Parts: sequence; C-alpha cells; structure tokens
Amino acid sequence: MEIINLEGTEDTPKIILDKGNGIFEISGRSLPEDSAEFYAPILDWLDAYSKAPNPETEFVFKLEYFNTASSKLILDILSKLEDISGITVQWYFHEDDEDMEEAGEEFSELVDIPFEFKTY
Amino acid sequence: MKYIYDLHKTMLARNLILVYEGEFTQEITKSVLAMAERNMDSMGEESSIKRKVFNVMVECLQNIVKHGEDFNPFNEKKNSAVFMIGKQETEYIITSGNPVNEETVPKLREKLERINSLDKDGLKKLYKEIIKNADLSEKGGAGLGFVDMARKSGQPLQFDFEKMDDNHYFFSLKTTISREQA
Repeated sequence: MEIINLEGTEDTPKIILDKGNGIFEISGRSLPEDSAEFYAPILDWLDAYSKAPNPETEFVFKLEYFNTASSKLILDILSKLEDISGITVQWYFHEDDEDMEEAGEEFSELVDIPFEFKTY
Repeated sequence: MKYIYDLHKTMLARNLILVYEGEFTQEITKSVLAMAERNMDSMGEESSIKRKVFNVMVECLQNIVKHGEDFNPFNEKKNSAVFMIGKQETEYIITSGNPVNEETVPKLREKLERINSLDKDGLKKLYKEIIKNADLSEKGGAGLGFVDMARKSGQPLQFDFEKMDDNHYFFSLKTTISREQA
C-alpha cells in the first residue's frame, strides 16, 4: 500500500500512514481552510486499508490544536477506524491541556473503539 | 492627522493589543494568529489560557472568512470586517464584527441565544449532538464554532446587530477568556 507522509505546517497536521511499518499518526495543528478537502485522501486511504488491515493497528492522535471543522473530520476518521478489527486509538494530550484530554474523551464516547490516553 | 492620536488613545484605553480591519482570508488568519501568539508569549501568558484564546480566535476568524464574503454591501471592500483582541487585568476579550444579510439575523440570534441558555453540560451535549449529525456545510463549517467558543469561554457570548442599510446588519460578537485559573 502507498505510504502517506505529510509534513506538518502552521495550519495542517503531520500525517504518517504506513501499513508496512505499522505507523499511523496524526500530530500537530489542524485548522486548514478546507478541512474536508484536506482530509479526503486520508479517508480514502483508510477505506483501502480497512479492506486488508494489519492484525493490530495502533492509531495515534497527538494533536496540539484542532478547529471545529477538523473535529468533524476526526470523527469521520474514527468512524472508519471502527470497522477495523484489532484497532486501538492512542490519544495524546499535553499534560496541562485539559481541553484536549476532554476532546479525546468525547470522541471515545462517540465511537466504539478502545482509547488509551497518554500525556506528553 | 489627529485621528491617528485618537485611534492610539482608544486602543490604549480599551487595552487592545491587536486590531485588524480589512479583508479576511486564511493567510490573514494565520498572520493574525501568529502575531497574537507572539504577543502572548512575550507577555509570558499561561499556556492553558493561551490555548483557549487561540482556539476562540481561530473559530472567530474562520467564521468571518467563511461567512463574511458574500454579505458585504460595499463591493469595492468585499469581505471587510474587523477583529480585535483586548487584554485586561483579569481577562482577554476577543471581538469581531462583520456585515451579514438581513435574513440570517434571526437564525444567528436564535443560535446564540440557545447557546447562552445552556450550562457546561448542556453545551457538551449540544456539541456532541451537532458533531454526530452534522455534515459540513458547503462553506466547510461544521456548525460547531459558536458552541466551541462558548465552551472555551465558560461565559455567555455577547452579540449585537447594528442596522447598516435595508438588507444588511453589522454583526458584533464578543467572547471573554478569564485569565484567572479555574
């Protein structure tokens, strides 16, 4: 499968989706002008991956900030992950960032996926 | 030239650390955010407060970018709006103003009044309800911006509609972020 490797910018996150090495990670800041357009290739990639996933998938979210339009797309990503067996989400938040911790908790209540919460 | 001094005095009197008037785009949004961040960094602001202010600024600025453009009656100044950040002893005040069509006023008012009627748990419930059911609008908004601003603020969103002409109102919005740790 192709590897997605996007460098982060001041308004878009760093994204690595690498089936071969088992790395699935979205990190940094997400406030793109058009979040649907930005995340469309990610959702397509996950559609393809879900047809033949690794036995276990650890999907890492390590976001410093995301806007509300991105939060909708993050939920779309999580909904796709729901269909993958052996999935866990690792939700990182800065140790003094209660809002990011709460955001993770809310997402975990909206989808049926095991979440692990970690600080950095 | 006296208006320069007057503007300067107004800004000082209101403790405005940043005022931007003009066209709003994603590029401008990024610049304004960078300036405000640098400003808060240099003043040694608490990172949790900084994040909340940043959050409210993003939603506010992107609202204007998304919804401001079609509404301005002054065509030569398309997309013109105002954005300000004030820093008081105990709080940051993030304000914006942009023209809106008359038809959108009741909808906006209803939305903001509903948000202001809710407490912390009510806002959380509303947020989850919208994110679960909403599709992105054609402008790319999730309909969550005001709810998120109210949640980060913890206080009602203050707003006002000033009549500009027969078809347009000037929509002012004010969000406060307390500088005292909750």
